[in-house]
Amino acid sequence: MSKDNGSSVVYKIFSFVVLIVLAFLFIFPLYWIITGMFKPPAAINSPTPQWWPHEFTMRNITELFSRRTAPLFGEIALRVPGAIRWMVNTVFMAVMAMILTCITAAMAGYALAKKRFIGRTLLFSLIVAAMALPKQVILVPLVREISALGLYDNIWAVILPTVGWPFGVFLMKQFSEGIPGEMIEAARIDGASELGTFTNVVVPMIKPGIGALAIFTFINSWNDYFLQLIMLTSNSNLTISLGIATMQAENSTDFGLIMAGAALAAVPIIIVFLLFQKYFTKGITMGAVKG
Amino acid sequence: MSPELRRRETISGYLFLLPSLIFFIGFVVVPMVMCVVTSFFDANMDLNTPDKFIWFNNYIELWQDPVFLKALKNTFIIVVVSVPFTCIFSLWVASAIYKMREGLLSFFRIVFYLPVVTGSVAVTVVWKWMYNNYYGIFNYLLKNTGVISKNINWLGNPQYALWCIILILLTTSVGQPIVLYVSALSNVDNSLVEAAEVDGATNMQVFWRIKWPQIMPTTLYILIITTINSFQCFALIQLLTSGGPNYATETVMYYIYYTAFKLYRFGYGNAMGVILAIFIGILSAVQFRLAREK
Repeated sequence: MSKDNGSSVVYKIFSFVVLIVLAFLFIFPLYWIITGMFKPPAAINSPTPQWWPHEFTMRNITELFSRRTAPLFGEIALRVPGAIRWMVNTVFMAVMAMILTCITAAMAGYALAKKRFIGRTLLFSLIVAAMALPKQVILVPLVREISALGLYDNIWAVILPTVGWPFGVFLMKQFSEGIPGEMIEAARIDGASELGTFTNVVVPMIKPGIGALAIFTFINSWNDYFLQLIMLTSNSNLTISLGIATMQAENSTDFGLIMAGAALAAVPIIIVFLLFQKYFTKGITMGAVKG
Repeated sequence: MSPELRRRETISGYLFLLPSLIFFIGFVVVPMVMCVVTSFFDANMDLNTPDKFIWFNNYIELWQDPVFLKALKNTFIIVVVSVPFTCIFSLWVASAIYKMREGLLSFFRIVFYLPVVTGSVAVTVVWKWMYNNYYGIFNYLLKNTGVISKNINWLGNPQYALWCIILILLTTSVGQPIVLYVSALSNVDNSLVEAAEVDGATNMQVFWRIKWPQIMPTTLYILIITTINSFQCFALIQLLTSGGPNYATETVMYYIYYTAFKLYRFGYGNAMGVILAIFIGILSAVQFRLAREK
């Protein structure tokens, strides 16, 4: 708005005030989780809210870490509170999904962008069409397939479907389009193998794309509650989201305990998001299918 | 391209695609086909009992199932309310922030994305507390400002429950559209905007005549992803109301989950999945058409 006449200045101030209010409202639930975590039951179960805790208590956190013990990982003898085991599971799930997605999608995206082979257009249309499908609908029949594979209630049941989701391939294709064909050609003339060309020429050029996909997959996998809910059942296989949901069902009025759990689920992923948000923004914009 | 090179490209192309294709076919295409196939069967979760082929009976039953019809109606209310609101809200926020300094722009972008990153479970449980009949801040604030005279059991009241869900859904839906609109608006061709301003066009004219057509592809994409997300609204329902009270918040996605995993009517649940996919497909196609014509 280049013409700064009176009305546009008023509008600017007005919109800035509205934005600040909205920002406050959007941060509030998180603020409420974190302060709620330190409030004693008397403050939580009171009709008059304490906007800032009058006294801080560790009761909710100790309570969270005293329930539903499970082995630290696998079936080892060392037993830890459920929340710790769920955290181990969640990190394992998100990291595995991230690594596998990045490798397979980078390879496939490069092939779709730079190789001219029969069936390429058809395959790409199939991938785009699949992305427009409601993902949760596919996951329902997937439960039977996963059971048939003997993976039901196994952490891999929530990793493999995430890797299969074609968004990553689409994103990596968008990034690979930008590689100059001459560079690939030059590598070929120098006698580089196909795989050598990929790792030495292509991967360095699409690194920002891989970064974007990595962070995107990590966050989505961490928060994919529906998939986790239908695939995992036993206490030692739960993820942190699922564990908190289970605790919530068992102690639906102990909001202090539940806020401590919510904080445990949300704070690590928010930190990851803040650290890598530049890549993340790039991933969202590059992944948009332009009509 | 010589046939020899073409052959080599095809082989290496497919080798590069292979790892990804295994996952894509195994965990997307196969379930997709299975969803359609089992929708014609009387099937349960047990792999040992054979499924019984029952033609279109699942689909026929669906149109006589009052819970499904109610779920369909609620889902449409959610979509019809949340899709336009999300688009308009995020376009407004994006146009208000996209010219700001980098630091301020990032701040707002992060803030509006925060509910998405926080995760559906954490977001839902804190809203459950805020909506609580006795200890929730909504009742406290509304009573103290005189809007209501006695506490309302927001989630337990069929009149309000669906709107409470929609409100949470909105806060978790605007993050991605805002990021997309900010990027689309900053890519608008500035020379056109300047030329129009020299010719004396008002801000409104500049927006509708120049910027709006250029961000149309982004709007289309946002419409489609928001529609898909609203149709899939699940975690909020499962954690807050389980479809109640009296089916007031029953949605198709929650009912699919309920029939498949609580009633173990697997074929019936998949028939609903097929219907849901068809609806989303039709809506996406219509939105695509409308956007193309303009």
